[in-house]
Amino acid sequence: MPGAETKSVTIVGAGQAGLQVVLSLRRRGFSGRITLLGDENHLPYQRPPLSKAFLKGELEERRLYFKPATFYPDQGIDLHRSASVTRIDRSKRVVVTGNGREFGYDRLVLATGATPLRIPLPGSNRDGVCVLRGIDDAMALREFLLRDGRLVVVGGGYIGLEVASAARQLGRDVSVIERLPRVMSRVTSPVVSDFYLDLHRRHGVDIRLGETITGILGDDRVIGVRLGSGAELAATTVLVGVGVQPNQQIAAEAGLRCDNGILVDDGLRTSDPSIYAAGDCARRVFPDGHTLRLESVHGARDHGERIAANLAGDAVVPDDPPWFWSDQYDVKLQTAGLSTGFAELQVRGDPGTGHFSVLYFLNQELTAVDAVNDPSTFMAVKQLLKKQIRVTANEVRDPKLELKALLPATTQRKATQ
Amino acid sequence: MTKIVFIDYTGHETEVEATDGDSVMETALNNNIDGVVAECGGACACATCHVFVDDAFHTLTGEPDDMEDSMLDLATDRTERSRLSCQIQVRPELDGLRVTTPKFQG
Repeated sequence: MPGAETKSVTIVGAGQAGLQVVLSLRRRGFSGRITLLGDENHLPYQRPPLSKAFLKGELEERRLYFKPATFYPDQGIDLHRSASVTRIDRSKRVVVTGNGREFGYDRLVLATGATPLRIPLPGSNRDGVCVLRGIDDAMALREFLLRDGRLVVVGGGYIGLEVASAARQLGRDVSVIERLPRVMSRVTSPVVSDFYLDLHRRHGVDIRLGETITGILGDDRVIGVRLGSGAELAATTVLVGVGVQPNQQIAAEAGLRCDNGILVDDGLRTSDPSIYAAGDCARRVFPDGHTLRLESVHGARDHGERIAANLAGDAVVPDDPPWFWSDQYDVKLQTAGLSTGFAELQVRGDPGTGHFSVLYFLNQELTAVDAVNDPSTFMAVKQLLKKQIRVTANEVRDPKLELKALLPATTQRKATQ
Repeated sequence: MTKIVFIDYTGHETEVEATDGDSVMETALNNNIDGVVAECGGACACATCHVFVDDAFHTLTGEPDDMEDSMLDLATDRTERSRLSCQIQVRPELDGLRVTTPKFQG
């Protein structure tokens, strides 16, 4: 049962992480007061479709909502929309919104998310220059994409490439400007980068690697961009997808330890034991000193679940390997584990067929997979990592070996109850 | 509106009204059916919305496509009635659809 002293939990941020805290607390029988403060005017919603089906107009807004409006009063959740928290008063145990309203807490969860970076150039606030984080961003971007015109994407990461894919499917001309010599370089290996470069080029996207933006052209409205090489590209829309920064300002101002994210321990507690942080804004510090900040649905859910378990006084939730997916055109990328710093990789299958996986190894041990239209390999590696089954590079060098053969016959699954 | 009956692994039944065009997975989440996790929110990327479709509806709901079939490959207790509920769209012909949720997802 919930710790007796925790009568009320207040959550700042109604995204994936904040909502997960709510769902997990109620599922675990927490009967205290839950206050959920979101700074947008929408019901809590999922973000992944914003750069995919929703952007293309294939999914109505209602279907982005995690729960219908009736859920919140039915479950005794005090949901406040357009409630933007500007200050934490730790001595009074309240958070304060921009219009001066105070909400008290026994335990506070900061699930404040992250904010897209903008390029520090004159003209980056011109009409038609967009970022993509929320529903409103996606609706504005879609509005532009439905008109004739050219899209210039700044940044060849997940967001930029998913938007490029959606825009091509809507019939727009698209250029992608990537500063580094390959796309998705922050998250994957050159094998996968090369595959995606080729995929986009085959779909008619003009991808320019090792290129930068030095100017945004136009008066009120963007009409083009100037590149580092001096060339100018016409554009009716510019999407800036160059990463995010964690929203840690209210935490830092309240004296909580932050370092490119709000620092939290294994229990997702900040330097104030009454305050937790979850999702994109949280940087977990592991006992060995390494730190990790994830920007993913899995990370948000995992944090939310851990915090709820902790608040409810339940056993610690076992670690689950990070995983992620990206949909571009008819290609699904699924990743499990973290490939960062890998020492060796193995390609299973032929990238030329459009179905393949890349396995990553560190110190001879399997640490991650990138699976491209290859869900079987993804699922097998995800299970192997989850069960902490040691797999060496030598063991799986034979391309005919099915990875699922390395799993025990009966495997423990995620309980649904 | 189309009626769908969710049956949990203990046999407990919950009948709900579904909106045509939604997926069976979304119907489950909107009605707080605990047996469906749906970690990815319906992208056919996580296999945590596994259900067993009642025999009477097997033909109407159809077979999984290649992607879904592979995702189900490692699902617990997979049978020929297994589907990912995010891939079944609610429509009037499915009125009365009965699906059973497994004990474990993922």
